[in-house]
Amino acid sequence: MHIDFLYFEDCPSHDVALARLREVLAEEQVTAAITVIKVETEQEAVANRFVGSPTIRIEGEDIDPPPADMPYVLACRAYRRPDDGRITPLPTASVIRKAVRAHKKETSP
Amino acid sequence: MNIGDSAIPFNLPNIDGSMVSLEQYADKAGVAVIFSCNHCPYVQAWENRMVAIQADYAERGIQFVAINANDAEKYPADNMEAMQQRAADKAFNFPYLRDDSQEIARAYDAERTPEVFLFDEDRKLVYHGAIDDNYENPDAVEDHYLRAALDAMLGGEQPGTQMTPPVGCSIKWR
Repeated sequence: MHIDFLYFEDCPSHDVALARLREVLAEEQVTAAITVIKVETEQEAVANRFVGSPTIRIEGEDIDPPPADMPYVLACRAYRRPDDGRITPLPTASVIRKAVRAHKKETSP
Repeated sequence: MNIGDSAIPFNLPNIDGSMVSLEQYADKAGVAVIFSCNHCPYVQAWENRMVAIQADYAERGIQFVAINANDAEKYPADNMEAMQQRAADKAFNFPYLRDDSQEIARAYDAERTPEVFLFDEDRKLVYHGAIDDNYENPDAVEDHYLRAALDAMLGGEQPGTQMTPPVGCSIKWR
């Protein structure tokens, strides 16, 4: 499994998100290559289809697909907690786990 | 800005079309100047708590003032029209001001949104930093920094915690 982890340094807590991703992968017993990409300019944001920090893509697919018209920006990203709908700056472990499991199924023999 | 420093006066446009100045709250027991914005998910995670704390402390003479200094050209979600919409959607119970020139944010040395500067009745800074210690889950907060500072200040004492690192998005400078 290949995972891209994209972040904008001005947004705090991207390290928390990366640690959470690694924790979920360990819990799910998934070996994955994680490419950490630091997005530093607006041009890089466009080139990487970066809609905010942090963004996690498994095999190129966003773990929480954004709306098609969401702009590419150097900004922090808002996620919704699946349990209560509240806004949070980081994807929850359950959102990451759901995406990891979906790709596990796709890649299992 | 350091603990004990005086509040810096401002006179900025509010979402209702009026101008709001620090001076007009001269009778208040305390004023919390909160640098905020629309687009930042940290603000969005905390803003219900901002409304709740203002409601809880209004009768004790506490006034919150939120100021949005983000570059609204690059971040249109932070322009005045969007601010008006957000304030209506979230039923803000405090003024929400636009600092287009960013002079006030720079004068306060503000860096993040949300970032709280709490001033006592003499308008001396008594607390600077985050609202509490958990942006993700209000039910899991262990340290209610701002509430604790308000309680201490209103009780005539110095807050036990006077400074915490503000956690949030960087202010979007021009």
